[in-house]
Amino acid sequence: MSPDDRKYTEEHEWVMIDGSDDGTAIAGITEYAQDQLGDIVFFELPKIGDSVAHLGKMGEVESVKAVSDLFSPINGTVTEINEKLLDHPELVNEDPFGEGWIIKVAMADVTELDSLMSSQDYDTFIAGL
Amino acid sequence: MQQGGNRQTEKLMLERSVPGRVGVVLPDLDVPAQPLPDNALLRDDLALPELSEPELVQYFTGLSLKNFSIDTHFYPLGSCTMKYNPKINDEVAFSPGFASIHPMQPAEHSQGALELLHKLQGFLGEITGLPAVSLATLAGAHGELGGMLMIRAHHLANGDTTRTKVAIPDSAHGTNPASAAMAGFDVVELASDEQGNVDLNALRAVSGPDLAGVMITLPSTLGLFDTHIVEVCNIVHEAGGLVYGDGANMNALLGRVKLGDLGFDVAHLNLHKTFSTPHGGGGPGAGPVCCTNQLAPYLAAPIVSQNGDSYEFSTPAKSIGKLSGFHGNFGVLVRAYTYIRTLGDAGIKSISGNAVLSANYMMNALRGVYHLPFDRTCMHEAVFSADFQKERGSSGLEIAKRLLDYGFHAPTMYFPLIVHEALMIEPTESETKETIDAFIQALIDIDQEVTDDKDLVNNAPHTTPVARLDEAKAARQPDLRWQPEAAD
Repeated sequence: MSPDDRKYTEEHEWVMIDGSDDGTAIAGITEYAQDQLGDIVFFELPKIGDSVAHLGKMGEVESVKAVSDLFSPINGTVTEINEKLLDHPELVNEDPFGEGWIIKVAMADVTELDSLMSSQDYDTFIAGL
Repeated sequence: MQQGGNRQTEKLMLERSVPGRVGVVLPDLDVPAQPLPDNALLRDDLALPELSEPELVQYFTGLSLKNFSIDTHFYPLGSCTMKYNPKINDEVAFSPGFASIHPMQPAEHSQGALELLHKLQGFLGEITGLPAVSLATLAGAHGELGGMLMIRAHHLANGDTTRTKVAIPDSAHGTNPASAAMAGFDVVELASDEQGNVDLNALRAVSGPDLAGVMITLPSTLGLFDTHIVEVCNIVHEAGGLVYGDGANMNALLGRVKLGDLGFDVAHLNLHKTFSTPHGGGGPGAGPVCCTNQLAPYLAAPIVSQNGDSYEFSTPAKSIGKLSGFHGNFGVLVRAYTYIRTLGDAGIKSISGNAVLSANYMMNALRGVYHLPFDRTCMHEAVFSADFQKERGSSGLEIAKRLLDYGFHAPTMYFPLIVHEALMIEPTESETKETIDAFIQALIDIDQEVTDDKDLVNNAPHTTPVARLDEAKAARQPDLRWQPEAAD
């Protein structure tokens, strides 16, 4: 079961308001995504200040199996990246919903979250894959 | 496979070195001695290993016995076509007339070599139905780049500057998107339909005035022949685009289907796959580009043309230029020519027949044991999923590793990306029924092992010179260079 405190995309990203109440969202990839990728060995992440677009490419993730694009779940501007991932990409394998978060984004419009999948919808979605 | 020795104590050549030990005696000087000026010496002696001749022979022979190759084992690496490389190819390539000529020798002194290249161009043009051929590109992806640069040059020559997009199915070879991007195009991925064909609606949606072309792998990396292929070509042509063919899987079509007849405009062949030249560390490769007469002026230089009784190198009128030094990998081209001449028309046709028969025989024998996500008649390879085994705790990776213990090379894993736990298996046309049966039995046995003794599978391989490697550590903390141990 995916945590129900956040929203999901069909590209297997999660996103949630980080609690700071200023429209900053925190995003990462899901447990399903890390399991499919296998051992992650490298991240290429956007820079602070970069614009990201809903389902637009924001970086790359390389695992022992393949290199895959990372997509942004939302529109906005990158305010922080999880720099720990640059030396410890395995954090995403170990704790994708927590320590393995990927970016923080100042959202252009927080109501955008309403259009994403709930945890229940996402779990149904991955069950059908 | 285990050839003795102890993996813990085996030393590298540099670690075996003993100062002053000598393994070679240099031949006598056959030119007048010329003393070097002091300032011509760039550095002190290099730290080269000092070994006796027997030590050297034992070292390299030991390494060679650990080698895994098509001359020692079955190698079912999907989409790589690791088939047997007939020895006659080498015998011909080693003939002094081919092996000892210099690429800067005047064309009139190497007419035999040029004639061979010209005939090979003709054979490949005939086989693909794309009559204009350049042999200059040195690998599959290199051919792709050449072909995509030709498509770009064609559109630009027509003043068509808006065609920036190239559409590529999700079942294409993994190099295709990179080649299109290298040639300056934006890549759009095309979904496959439920049959594994290109989704025609998705194709229609991207076929407009900004479409430069599509890159189609036929058969696809699902091992399937796209039954809509003629319509795919028509849709792209009607939109003003061109169709690129990735010919890496051409051993499925040889002598039966011509890409030009289907509507392809330009394609590459992998001589190191389809035409039995060395492959996989034993290269170099060759990826000739074949195209329609319409695109011929853009081919990479040089091509060989016939002028009366003699042959000469020429540069096509609007050539994209040179993509390699000299004339491509000539020794490889001799081997491919030899292969074609050895087989002849009927032999060429039997290649595709046997490739497709072997793959379907294997697929049918394993149906039910391994999941077949696209269960229809396949071409030269079949893509299974290890979903059934993963439910019991062993993934495709584990099964691939366990196959090593049975003396088989692992299949291609986790590709194409649209199949979960993909195991892409190409038996190739050169293996016997007995070998393929043994391989099928190994996969059936491993499936049983997943049920009976999962740890045996998940910790494999057990019999290879080194056991399970930590691939994640190797990628995260690569150790790229040998360094002497620090002196105490």
